[in-house]
Amino acid sequence: MSALRILVPVKRVIDYAVKPRVNKAQTGVETAGVKHSMNPFDDLSVEESVRIREKKRAPGGVEDIVAFSAGPPKAQEILRTALAMGADRGVHVELKEGEELEPLTVAKLLKKSVEEQKSNLVILGKQSIDDDSGQTGQMLAGLLGWPQATQASKIEFGADDAVTVTKEVDGGVETVRAKLPMVITTDLRLNTPRYATLPNIMKAKKKKLDKKTLEDFGLTNEKRLKVLKVTEPPQRQGGGKVEDVDGLIGKLKELGAL
Amino acid sequence: MDTTGFTETQLTVRQAVSQACSRFPNTYWQRLDQDEQDPADFHAALARDGWLGIALPESLGGSGLGISEATVMMQTIAESGAGMAGAQAVHANVYATQPLAKFGTQEQLRETIPGIISGRWRTCFGVTEPNAGLDTLRLATTARREGDEYVVSGQKIWTTCGQVASKMMLLARTKAYEEAQRPSQGLSLFCIDLDRSQPGLAMRKIRKMGGRAVDANEVFFDGYRIPSSALIGEEGRGFEIVLHGMNAERCLLAGEALGLGYAALARAASYARERIVFQRPIGMNQGVAHPLADAYMHLEAAKLATYHAARLYDEGASETDVGGITQKAIGVAANSAKYLAAEAAFAACERAVLTHGGMGYAAEYDVERWFRECLVPRIAPVSREMILNYVGEKALGLPKSY
Repeated sequence: MSALRILVPVKRVIDYAVKPRVNKAQTGVETAGVKHSMNPFDDLSVEESVRIREKKRAPGGVEDIVAFSAGPPKAQEILRTALAMGADRGVHVELKEGEELEPLTVAKLLKKSVEEQKSNLVILGKQSIDDDSGQTGQMLAGLLGWPQATQASKIEFGADDAVTVTKEVDGGVETVRAKLPMVITTDLRLNTPRYATLPNIMKAKKKKLDKKTLEDFGLTNEKRLKVLKVTEPPQRQGGGKVEDVDGLIGKLKELGAL
Repeated sequence: MDTTGFTETQLTVRQAVSQACSRFPNTYWQRLDQDEQDPADFHAALARDGWLGIALPESLGGSGLGISEATVMMQTIAESGAGMAGAQAVHANVYATQPLAKFGTQEQLRETIPGIISGRWRTCFGVTEPNAGLDTLRLATTARREGDEYVVSGQKIWTTCGQVASKMMLLARTKAYEEAQRPSQGLSLFCIDLDRSQPGLAMRKIRKMGGRAVDANEVFFDGYRIPSSALIGEEGRGFEIVLHGMNAERCLLAGEALGLGYAALARAASYARERIVFQRPIGMNQGVAHPLADAYMHLEAAKLATYHAARLYDEGASETDVGGITQKAIGVAANSAKYLAAEAAFAACERAVLTHGGMGYAAEYDVERWFRECLVPRIAPVSREMILNYVGEKALGLPKSY
């Protein structure tokens, strides 16, 4: 079996525990002064890549794990986190603060990186929790012409470059098999990501982190969509009180629930 | 807390330690406090992730960071809700190992430091005595040389984590007070095993006000034998060696106090935003809001003093410093920081209890636990009064009063 060269794309997003607020102009959410961290699904991707190596799960071994991020200068912080978790190198495509890429541009960028890094496995989050597009992995597989297994909850390696992936689908799980090279997107039950240890945080500072631009890949930030307006969800209306069980049944009937 | 101006490394430490601590919620600390049970798994978790070696040299398995980063770590631990109990569970391992790392022989370092970093051994600090509190030079525990051993007799008090520690950094008298050329030359520092199966060693837990998860002890030595190889540095230089670490400890303690203060203040502010009385949040009342704002400003000021002192300490210790930073400047800064942080924490913790009204008295709301604990940094490792004496003397040139 070929040795794995894994590409792990990671994205810096508003921390999952923060309640985002829409900006005054209604063009997006406030990001200034808000806590950011690695997209939780990407955390799973990094963890899985490192575990594949540590537990020697791939018969051909793991040759290289590259963490990749396109984002503002501060995206370097999450690349360092990925390196502290165990990725070997980082690639940072620097964007201007506030500049966003659409999924297709990201997929094109990743395709070029796959070619440059000679990757044969891309493990990426099934979606990023900021815009929830959930498209990048699929588009990347399409552009590369590679098989894809989405929403993985288990990844196993067999002989002859075969990879078996258990995916979460409505009402159960689906098990699929494909051959490398391939694209896998991760789901929540795949693993529990580790916390970086202090010695590994220190080591990560010394790992290689290449800085690039979109132009280096011959790409521009082409927008197909224009955001017209961003609004908060409507405020929840308070419920009503009923006197007793009969009152409750009456109310439910009135609302057509019974 | 406002984190503007912290270095990237400090922020990384803060974020990573806070993640590590998130596995130990307030309910964990409440339970351990009530049951007086040692947070052994907390200590083990931090050790496993390498945090105990934060300020120890890389060659010994540490991470070679400074006291600034260690202070951030201690603050973050306290601020996570773990309070002084969490901080004290690791404090001595981070700080009491500093003199060892600096003055120990290669063999001593190889034998002890990796075991402490990995959490296999815990360590405690044996300096304070019942009859020699702040007057360290008068301490009476003796270590008498007999062949290739020392025989230790005497008593230590307020030894934190003595029950769970297997090593102790012990300061003991090797020359009678009267016989020593100078009072500071009668003491020696040892890194000893606490082997309870050997004769001459006994301990008694002290019941106390706060931080009950972590034991504090009276330790009795009566002819307890230790090998002469336990001596750190030269005989008679113990006081000097211990002094080396004292400013560092002031910084760490200041950080721990800040952590308590910020934790209590955050809790109080959130309660004041949510608690509705007279159809509006109590935080809308300036009588509630202003004292909290005042507590915040005092904490922020103490924070600046603390990280200023830690920076001076690190820069003074670095090889690139050409003596521009005097020990006096570091001493004044570190003592001031400890004083200011402890007072700011006390004000914040007290105000947090009062903001909660009756609920502030309930263990469930945590603020009473932090309030009980915040007396520790006011008292230890040096009292407010001794700091005022020191600053009066060193910074203002006033005559010594004692």
